[in-house]
Amino acid sequence: MKTKRFGATAAIALAGSLALSACGGQQADSGATGSSSGDAALSGSIASDGSSTVGPLTSAAAELFMTENTGVNITVGTSGTGGGFKKFCEGQTQISNASRPIKDEEKAACDAKGIEYQEIVVANDALTVVVNKENTFLECLTTEELKTLWGPEATGKVTTWNQVNPKFPAEKIKLYGPGTDSGTFDYFTDEINGEEGASRTDYEPSEDDNVIVQGVSGDKNALGYFGYTYFEENESTLKAVKVDNGKGCVAPSADTARDGSYAPLSRPLFIYVDKKAFASNAALKAFITYYIENDAKVAEAAKYVALSDEQKKTAQDELASLG
Amino acid sequence: MTALTADRVGPPKPLATAAHGEKGLRSMAFLIALWLCLAFGILVLAVLLVTTFLDGRERMDSGLFTNYTSQIAPETAGARAAILGTAWVILTTALMAIPIGVAAASYLEEFASRTSRFARFVELNVQNLAAVPAIIYGMLAAAAAVAVGIPRNTVIAGGIALALLILPVVIVATREALRAVPQEIRQASLALGASPMQTLSRQTLPAAVPGIATGTILALSRAMGEAAPLLLLGGLVFVKFDPNGFLSGFTTMPIQIFDWAARSQVEFQQLAASASILLLVLVIVLNGLAIVIRNKYSAAR
Repeated sequence: MKTKRFGATAAIALAGSLALSACGGQQADSGATGSSSGDAALSGSIASDGSSTVGPLTSAAAELFMTENTGVNITVGTSGTGGGFKKFCEGQTQISNASRPIKDEEKAACDAKGIEYQEIVVANDALTVVVNKENTFLECLTTEELKTLWGPEATGKVTTWNQVNPKFPAEKIKLYGPGTDSGTFDYFTDEINGEEGASRTDYEPSEDDNVIVQGVSGDKNALGYFGYTYFEENESTLKAVKVDNGKGCVAPSADTARDGSYAPLSRPLFIYVDKKAFASNAALKAFITYYIENDAKVAEAAKYVALSDEQKKTAQDELASLG
Repeated sequence: MTALTADRVGPPKPLATAAHGEKGLRSMAFLIALWLCLAFGILVLAVLLVTTFLDGRERMDSGLFTNYTSQIAPETAGARAAILGTAWVILTTALMAIPIGVAAASYLEEFASRTSRFARFVELNVQNLAAVPAIIYGMLAAAAAVAVGIPRNTVIAGGIALALLILPVVIVATREALRAVPQEIRQASLALGASPMQTLSRQTLPAAVPGIATGTILALSRAMGEAAPLLLLGGLVFVKFDPNGFLSGFTTMPIQIFDWAARSQVEFQQLAASASILLLVLVIVLNGLAIVIRNKYSAAR
């Protein structure tokens, strides 16, 4: 009897979870299947993976697209730019989100599997150097000063602000930044320190940008860097430092990122599209076209900087070259 | 601090600590240190629970259950796909881990010779598997999925990863439960002419079900909170459909929470907190169920 009763409990639990998972239910396969029967009834599924910075952008585009095309399922993963390329070159995804251009070894991996791709710039981002709102001496930093501060040779040596610039007070430096797996880290070190991955190591690294926000907003003498959206959402506690690239101090903003005057820290964000899948999957073709044409709307929804007219023209040309 | 009073007499064997009448300075200091350790642990947990609850309370509504995640409108985003994804993956995990785990434990406990090299080899492996970090199982499942040729971020691949993760726990719990079944039951069954297999399936296993169920439910509730192995499989963070089969793409609650918590918008961070509360409640309910089952059957026995 005892065991029978347990059997009943288990059966109920099992039935419950089955019922839960059975309610609702659209079809969804991760493969690159797609059938076209005119524009009216697109169906199929599209898989994308890659940078967690670009992820929200593709998610926004997917969401807007899917409200008009309910038969299409688009999924987004955030394995990081490198992880995304790995899957893309295995043919597991049709779109790869990237916050940096594809590397040579990744190209080779794609070639080996016969995956042809097209790179398209879909938005701009301004890597923003932030300090505490109450910080009074850090208004503008030259790229040289940033290099003094973040260069690999600064490790253990540059510890007070007056070492960066004699005009700054002799306060202790506290640094926060993204971890070494991040595309943001790659881009910043490449532009500022002249070599990708070369950075001082005695800073507080975090893969979660919100940790950097908390660190900098809690310490008057702290400095950190990350994508513009995290600054925008935390303007009440953070202050963006202007960057001087020899042409005067420029503050990061949508405008300066779009026209490129916020140099060298404004960066393009990419998607990579599988050419073969683009040709065979009507849903993918429709989605990419939608993504580019509605770039302004997509960028706004994801809180990124939309393409300039010139960039958009390039993107449209790239799209046309896909066929 | 009432436990400090000297006249509280402990169960049969009083230990030489302050709680059991020892009043030496050193044992008092040791007791206080123990209390401080306990208080610290509980305090951290309490702070975590309270802050999570405060962050997430505004989003604890029906939208959390019925809406999909949304990039455009974070204020109405929900965890529907993650909740259903968790249900699917945990079900798949249970379907794989329980039969294999119970079978392996039955073999080791009821059939294998204690001295056989093979049995000792298996036993050693089970013990080692229990100590392997969760993320390694993710790598293993990813490799298995690629070898078989199915996409990595599917329900079945996630189920394999979590089933491997909890298999040692299921095996150990089942062995303990089988060991607790009185030897007389087996002897009586065999004496009445039942085969060893019949003895196992009709007498020993049914008698061990409460123990097996308790261990398995605890293991499943651990699997429910795992993010690392599934992230390694390429867990999706933006899914706007319900999973519909073993080859369907999916997201689970820990993956979704992990993604939301790192977003810049405060709405997503609140959502991460409310989904955490939901996950916590689910795990507590499962653990409660395990306790109920255990108490019910140990009382009946």
